[in-house]
Amino acid sequence: MQIYLPIAEVSVNLFLVLGLGGLVGILSGMFGVGGGFIMTPLLFFIGIPPAVAVATGANQIVASSISGVLAHFRRKTVDLKMGTVLLIGGLIGAALGIVVFNYLKSVGQVDLLVQMCYVVFLGIIGALMFVESLNAIRKSRKAGGKTPYVRRQRTWVHALPFKMRFRTSGLYISVIPPLGVGLLVGVLAAIMGVGGGFIMVPAMIYILGMPTKVVVGTSLYQIIFVTAFTTLLHATTNFTVDVILALLLLIGGVIGAQVGTQIGLRMKAEQLRVLLALMVLVVCGKLALDLLLQPRELYSLATSGGM
Amino acid sequence: MRLVLWLAVLMTPVSLAAEEVVLGLSKDKVAITTSFDGSEILIFGAVKREEPIPTDAPLQVVITVAGPSHPITVRRKSKQFGIWVNTDAVEVDRAPSFYAVATTGPFSEVLSNVEDLRHGISINRAIRAVGAPATISDSASFTDAVIRIRSKAGLYQQLEGQVALDQQTLFRTALKMPADLTEGDYDTRIFLTRNGNVVSEYSTRIDVRKVGLERWLFSLSREQPLVYGLLSLAIAIAAGWGASTAFRLLRS
Repeated sequence: MQIYLPIAEVSVNLFLVLGLGGLVGILSGMFGVGGGFIMTPLLFFIGIPPAVAVATGANQIVASSISGVLAHFRRKTVDLKMGTVLLIGGLIGAALGIVVFNYLKSVGQVDLLVQMCYVVFLGIIGALMFVESLNAIRKSRKAGGKTPYVRRQRTWVHALPFKMRFRTSGLYISVIPPLGVGLLVGVLAAIMGVGGGFIMVPAMIYILGMPTKVVVGTSLYQIIFVTAFTTLLHATTNFTVDVILALLLLIGGVIGAQVGTQIGLRMKAEQLRVLLALMVLVVCGKLALDLLLQPRELYSLATSGGM
Repeated sequence: MRLVLWLAVLMTPVSLAAEEVVLGLSKDKVAITTSFDGSEILIFGAVKREEPIPTDAPLQVVITVAGPSHPITVRRKSKQFGIWVNTDAVEVDRAPSFYAVATTGPFSEVLSNVEDLRHGISINRAIRAVGAPATISDSASFTDAVIRIRSKAGLYQQLEGQVALDQQTLFRTALKMPADLTEGDYDTRIFLTRNGNVVSEYSTRIDVRKVGLERWLFSLSREQPLVYGLLSLAIAIAAGWGASTAFRLLRS
């Protein structure tokens, strides 16, 4: 069954889009990532114009993140205080990121830089997480199936001033690292056009030392606001949010997010991290191949000056 | 206004030609609804004459349908430092979003090059690229790329021999328009030719418009972008909350 999208001006298969939304929703609920870094390339693949894919993806992420975060709220696995600190950094970062993005656009080659950003960040994060979580799994096997006591090391993070108590995360640290993480993720999110969960989640685990179970809910909480902000910006400046496409994606997405959250809660934290790491590496590999292999069509068309 | 009309009447070859087109369309409006999945249009007509059929050469019919034109940028990738990067770009200042040309026979027999150039009938002539940078010597390959990419998407169609002509009088053809249509006026032209020369010309337009919900959403997004953006967010929030609540109720 085909459906015509009013803003994208293409006709797509209804069930294909519903399935796509569902798939990304499951990932979103399981890992606490918005899923934008998978959704956007998949939408390109089914023929949605890139600008519409990026903007509409942001809107869909709002819905699946809300659906996911509510499930986490009920289990009290959201650190509101930490989320808000991250969010403040994130919004400042997003504003900075848009300035950087527009500068790159004026220089040209913005597509290439976005793609390189993806490959580099996905590659580094994926590889680090993969190695670390495999080690964790091996250690827990050696310990005879018992979850080992995680010793939290004191690093430079704990030596900074302006300390604050984050009760849900069981942390007493300076607000500077979370603000910095939020800021960095905000900048990258604006440049790469995603919520930034895939950078946020590892940063929270490895830099801030938050427990994995709290990380997912807190990340979702923060993503809601960043992507809502992005959606409004796209809708008012580029007119590229397609509400029908978003509606289809989010019907699949919200259901998927619920399923994903349930799966996530039944899995061990290390297993969850290995899977997320693998997925990040697969997407990274695909994007790297696009850069390295000769494309089948060397030419591409872009309508200049919008509509 | 009146002057323009008079000029138009004076300059229209139709009123002077010995053979004229009388046209019919299966529909002159294409409504893009939510369930729009492409459209087929039947273009048919007859040749009206005051005199007997000329016998010097057989009559041929050429039908073109062109969607609204937008300027496009064509980029080409090349390998730089081991990776594929967009390096060259050519601005194509006029390329129809949809273009179909149907004829009664092989293109070279139906139409001479001079007439093709004058009326801009073949796909190659319907596209115009200007101002390729001096660094690009093969700007033709960029227009070829436009035709290749759009032909693959079914947006450009060259339908040689697809117009049926009976008794040099009745003609008809069916055009398939793909689902990915841009709205606007689709100029439809019919040329009658003999010996490759255009002897008569007729033009009309097919109106392609979004209707209903599609129309409303599209207008809202352009005229009230903030309201549209907030509406999108409201839907997202409601759907997220709804799904979460529904799942909780299902489980309890």
